[in-house]
Amino acid sequence: MLKFLFKGLVRDRSRSLFPILTVFIGVALTVFLYSYLNGFVSDMIKSSAHYNSGHVRIMTKAYSQESNQSPNDLAIIGIDPLIQNVEKSYPDMIWTPRIKFGGLIDIPDRNGETRIQGPVSGMAVDLFSKESRERKFLNLDESLVKGRIPEKPNEILIADDFARRLKVAPGDTATLLSSTMYGSMVMTNFVIAGTIRFGIAALDRGAIITDISDIQKSLDMNNAAGEILGFFKDDNFDSKKAYRIRDSFNEKYKNSEDEFAPIMGALPEESGLSDYMGLIDIASFVIIGIFIFAMAIVLWNAGLMGSLRRYGEMGVRLAVGEEKGHIYRTLILESIMIGIVGSFLGTLFGLIPSYLMEIYGLDLSFLFEKSSVMITGVLHADVTYETYLIGFIPGILATVLGTSIAGIGIYKRETAQLFKELEA
Amino acid sequence: MSNSFLIRTEKLYKKYPMGPTVLVALDNINITINKGEFVGLVGPSGSGKTTLLNIIGSLDSPTEGSAEVLGNKIETLSHQDAAKLRNNHIGFIFQTFNLLPVYTVYENVEFPLLLQDIPPAKRIELVMQALEWVGLADRKDSKPSQLSGGQSQRVAIARAVVKKPELILADEPTANLDAKNSHNIMETMVKLNEELDTTFIFATHDEKVMKYLKRKITLNDGYVQRDENISLNNQ
Ligand SMILES: Nc1ncnc2c1ncn2[C@@H]1O[C@H](COP(=O)(O)OP(=O)(O)OP(=O)(O)O)[C@@H](O)[C@H]1O
Ligand SMILES: [Mg+2]
Repeated sequence: MLKFLFKGLVRDRSRSLFPILTVFIGVALTVFLYSYLNGFVSDMIKSSAHYNSGHVRIMTKAYSQESNQSPNDLAIIGIDPLIQNVEKSYPDMIWTPRIKFGGLIDIPDRNGETRIQGPVSGMAVDLFSKESRERKFLNLDESLVKGRIPEKPNEILIADDFARRLKVAPGDTATLLSSTMYGSMVMTNFVIAGTIRFGIAALDRGAIITDISDIQKSLDMNNAAGEILGFFKDDNFDSKKAYRIRDSFNEKYKNSEDEFAPIMGALPEESGLSDYMGLIDIASFVIIGIFIFAMAIVLWNAGLMGSLRRYGEMGVRLAVGEEKGHIYRTLILESIMIGIVGSFLGTLFGLIPSYLMEIYGLDLSFLFEKSSVMITGVLHADVTYETYLIGFIPGILATVLGTSIAGIGIYKRETAQLFKELEA
Repeated sequence: MSNSFLIRTEKLYKKYPMGPTVLVALDNINITINKGEFVGLVGPSGSGKTTLLNIIGSLDSPTEGSAEVLGNKIETLSHQDAAKLRNNHIGFIFQTFNLLPVYTVYENVEFPLLLQDIPPAKRIELVMQALEWVGLADRKDSKPSQLSGGQSQRVAIARAVVKKPELILADEPTANLDAKNSHNIMETMVKLNEELDTTFIFATHDEKVMKYLKRKITLNDGYVQRDENISLNNQ
């Protein structure tokens, strides 16, 4: 019977072509939108993890309460034993300390007088250790515009836009005015090694990047750091694992009254993305729902027209002794075949632009110039194994739904009229 | 079974409400048809031939009275049981052939067997046999659109006989055919009736086919005007 139905679909294009086309278009759009949304989320997660919160992040309890102000007076002291400890407890992860700091940068003229000043938001990371992956996480090599990456102490990178505003170039001297961990003012001279552009508006305005040991020295933070970030070794955020690690770490310090006791947070809350991530999940649902609805309506109508065209066939089948329920089920079976073929083609063609967008990206950075969200201006799609399956949900559901409604007419058909109908 | 009849109607009425009045399409029909008969229902247009065939074929049910077909009381059959009766025991032939246009001759004839869970090897055997009966084995891969009217009707006959039903019902099977094809079709049916002992009932007002009938039931305004056994009369 299956073969019989299949032959009918293949030979009678009007039975298959239009429904397949409908499913094809709907599924291709679903797949593309889905991978686009996914890419949007995973871009946000990646940027947030790399530039801000890690996959998990350890701070002191006190620091965590005002972490957006980078209160280095509340930093973790004695980071080496803590890092050794977490490396042993959570061998799946890489741990790296960072210090965020604020202050003013002061550019002297030829006589050593202040020529221009600007507020900075600095980030001190491990640039020099062999095993450090910070250069990669911060995408420094690709973000470099002029000069080079720091190679020795007291060299810094400065955001290219910021450098233009300050009219400085690699090789120039810059003085950082900031305060130590204990509150006293401090001035440190740096040499600008290179300029960078991250493509993230919030960072490109006033960022400087230094090696962490320079800042530890200059801000009097020996063996201290504001934050210790943890990254999964494969650099893919896994929320379940992250929460498990966070909970097991925090369990150890649960009863500590010490406001300098360490506490771990996971990316969704730390980055403020948890709402976004939930929203995107809902959006995917809504998109799929809309496509199911729209396609089902089109296919329902196609099914109605099809049943007019196939009125004679259904009549003969009833006369031969096929049951109404059986005819109805074969129609559904046909629709499933159509759904599978349409979904397959739609998925194939939806994946092509998705892959292209995953590889090449779509540069919309001009839209984000004023934004403070940690998002790269280049949009990517993200094709996951779910992308291969997601289109089949609306594809098959819509055809089955549309056909189910259209096919109800079968039940209303009077067998009593068959001879007369089939005479006509 | 003591009663050897295939079909028996008793005080069978079919009435259609027509506004304030009632149209009596079948009016107290009492007939018995035995296995192997070759029966024609004749009578003017509107006399109730199609209506009676519909009821015997379990496509419709009586308003009053009873119709027993192959041991089934038509008036009490459910949808499903009626479909089962048609599927297993009754073949239909229509005036306009009604072949499925997207399928080949072979596939059209095979279709009733697909509903019966018959194994493929057996299906091939039965279909080829049926096509040979009607003399169309060499056209098995043609599409209905490539056949003449007479050939199409022979395919329809093959489709009706392929499952070897006890009963074949035909409503004006020769109405759309010329004289030569009409005779051919009637000869094919007579042959099947004699070789397979299949019971045939058809409605017709085609004078050409009258001479093939072994029994002629004449309807008029819904009642049986005459019921004559021709083969006996002629002997
Ligand atoms: N569904 C229906 N509703 C109302 N009246 C009907 C219906 N079906 C048939 N009739 C009436 O019943 C009567 C018998 O009709 P039937 O179709 O059985 O005639 P017939 O002998 O087959 O005629 P023909 O030779 O023209 O095919 C006719 O008067 C017809 O109008
Ligand atoms: Mg009629």
